[in-house]
Amino acid sequence: MAKQMTEPHRQHQRDTERPPRHSPSETSLDVGSAVLEGRPRHGTRSGRKAIFELEGVDVAYSGKTAVRNITFDVAENEITALIGPSGCGKSTLLRCLNRMNDLVPGATVEGRIEYHGQDLYGASVDPVEVRKRIGMVFQKPNPFPKSIYDNIAFGPRVLGMKGDMDQLVEAALRRAALWDDVKDRLKDNAFGMSGGQQQRLCIARALATGPDVILMDEPCSALDPISTGKIEDLMMELRESYAIVIVTHNMQQAARVSDMTAFFTVELEDEGASRTGRVVEFDETEKIFTNPADPRTEAYVTGKVG
Amino acid sequence: MTDVTAAALEQAAARGPIGASPGRARLRELGFKALLLSCLGASMLLLGTLLVTIGADGLSRVSLDFITEYPSIVADKAGIWPALLGTLWLMAVCAGFIIPVGVATAIYLEEYADSSRWYNRAIEVNIQNLAAVPSIVYGILGLAFLVRGPLSLGNVVLAGGLTLGLLVLPVVIIAGREAIRAVPPSIREGSMALGATQWQTIWRQVLPAAIPGVATGVILALSRAIGETAPLIMVGAAVFVTSEPDLMSRFSALPIQIFDWISRPSNDVNDYAALAAGGIVVLMILLLGMNAVAIWLRNRYEQKW
Repeated sequence: MAKQMTEPHRQHQRDTERPPRHSPSETSLDVGSAVLEGRPRHGTRSGRKAIFELEGVDVAYSGKTAVRNITFDVAENEITALIGPSGCGKSTLLRCLNRMNDLVPGATVEGRIEYHGQDLYGASVDPVEVRKRIGMVFQKPNPFPKSIYDNIAFGPRVLGMKGDMDQLVEAALRRAALWDDVKDRLKDNAFGMSGGQQQRLCIARALATGPDVILMDEPCSALDPISTGKIEDLMMELRESYAIVIVTHNMQQAARVSDMTAFFTVELEDEGASRTGRVVEFDETEKIFTNPADPRTEAYVTGKVG
Repeated sequence: MTDVTAAALEQAAARGPIGASPGRARLRELGFKALLLSCLGASMLLLGTLLVTIGADGLSRVSLDFITEYPSIVADKAGIWPALLGTLWLMAVCAGFIIPVGVATAIYLEEYADSSRWYNRAIEVNIQNLAAVPSIVYGILGLAFLVRGPLSLGNVVLAGGLTLGLLVLPVVIIAGREAIRAVPPSIREGSMALGATQWQTIWRQVLPAAIPGVATGVILALSRAIGETAPLIMVGAAVFVTSEPDLMSRFSALPIQIFDWISRPSNDVNDYAALAAGGIVVLMILLLGMNAVAIWLRNRYEQKW
C-alpha cells in the first residue's frame, strides 16, 4: 500500500519536466470541418489549457437521472481518472464527452459540456463530427473482424482522409507501441492477436484519426497484469501528446497513471428506488489518495467502503 | 458451529454411501433415449427409402441426352432441357429479388426500427406469419397481381420468379436479421466512436460480418423455392416448352415437368414414371449442391466472436 501511495508523487514530479503541449500528431490529417472550431477560455487547476470543461452536467435515461451536477475540467497533456463504485455513472459521463450516449434511446444531457470552449451539445454540432475528433477505447477490446491494417485504416477511410495510408497506419501502430509486434503480419486478422495486443490495436485505431483526447472506459479490466502494465506505460507516453480521460475500477491504476482524479459516489434516492452518481471530489491524484478533503473519498481510497 | 450447519452435517451422514440409482428412474431414462433414437431412425429410414427408390428408378434415365433434350411424347426421346433452364431462370429472378429486398428489410428491422413503435412490431409479427402461409396462396397472389391485374406480366419467367421470391422472402428476412443480430454491438460502437456514420457502420462493418449468415439464408431459401410446384401451377407454368426460355417468355420448371410425367399413365412403350424419377434425381442433385454450398459458406466464413 505504501508503494502505491508514493507512485502518484513520483509521477507528479515528472509533470514539471514535461514539455509544453505540441501538436497532437504529425500524421493527423484535415477532416475538413470547421464545426468545432473553439476558443479556449481559461486555464484549469493545473494551469494547462482545458480540453473539456463540464459545468453542472446531468445525464438522464428516459427521465431517470443517472448522474447529477457534475463539474470538472479535463486539461491537455494530463490523464484524468474517474473512479468510484459500480453504478455511479463514470462510464455514462465518459460517453457524454464524445456523444456516444446519443446512441442510447431516451438519453438526455443537461448542463454544459465544452470542448475547446465550444458547447459540445450545441444545436449546430453533429455528433458524428464530435466523434471524429475524440478517440475512444472500450472495456473489452473490440477489433473489427478484419486485418490489422484495415482495423487502423478504417477510421481514416471513413473520414475521407487523403494521404499515404501505409504511412498513416505505421505511424498509428508506432504510437501505440505495437509496430514491432505486428509489422510482419499486417494482413493477418486482428482476432489472432492476444487480448493486450488487441487493446493496443484499438488504441492505435483511435489515434489514427488524429484526435486530441482519448477516452478510455476501463481499458484494462479484461486484461492480465502484464498487458495492463503495457497499456499503462503507453498511456504515460501518450500523455505527452494527448489528453486522456480514463474510467477505472482499479484504484491503484488511477494512482499510478493519473494526474487528476474525480471521485464519484452513488446516492440512493426515493428509498433506494433510484441511484444517482455525483462527483464528491475532484483534485490532483496525489491529494485524492493521500489527503482527500471529503471523508467519503478517504473511506473509498483506503478500502473501507466500495 | 451453528445449529443449522450441525443439522446439515448430521443429515448428510445419515444418507449413507452413494449407490446405484433407483430402478424406475433408470428405466425412464433408457426409455426416453430409445424413443429419441426411434424417431431419428424413422426419419432416416424414410429418407433412405426415398433415395434408394428414386435412384433405382431414375439413375438409369439420367444421361447427357436426358439433360439436353426437349420434352417429347415419346418417352425414350424426352429430356428436361427447357425445364432445367426454366428452373435456373426462376432461381436467378428469385435471387435477384430476395437478396436486395430481404437484406434491406432485415437491416431496417435490426438497425433502424424502433421496436417500441406499434407498426414495427406489427411488421415483425406479420413476417413471422408470412413464413407459414401455404405456398398455393402465394400462387394465387402471383396470379392476381403479377400475371394478371396491376402488373399483367403474363405467364412468364419474371412473374414465376417473383412469385417464388415472395414465397421465400420471409425466410431470407428472418435469416438476415439473425445474421445481423449476431454481429456484436461492440463492433458498431467501435465504428461509431471513430466518427463513422450509421450508414458507414452498417455498410462497412455490420454487413460484411453478416454476409456468411445472409448468404446461407439466401441459399436455403432458394433451395426451398426450387422444389415448389403449386405456386408455379397457379401462375401458369407450361408442361411442354419447345424453346429455351428467357426473362419474358413462357416457361416450364423441373417440378412442373416431373409432376406432368408422373401424372401420365406409363406402359411398356412409354415409361414416364422412369422419366419422372430421372427428373427427381437431377432436381435432388441441384438441391444437395446448393445445400452443400450453404454449409461450406457457413463453415468457411463464419465469424467466431
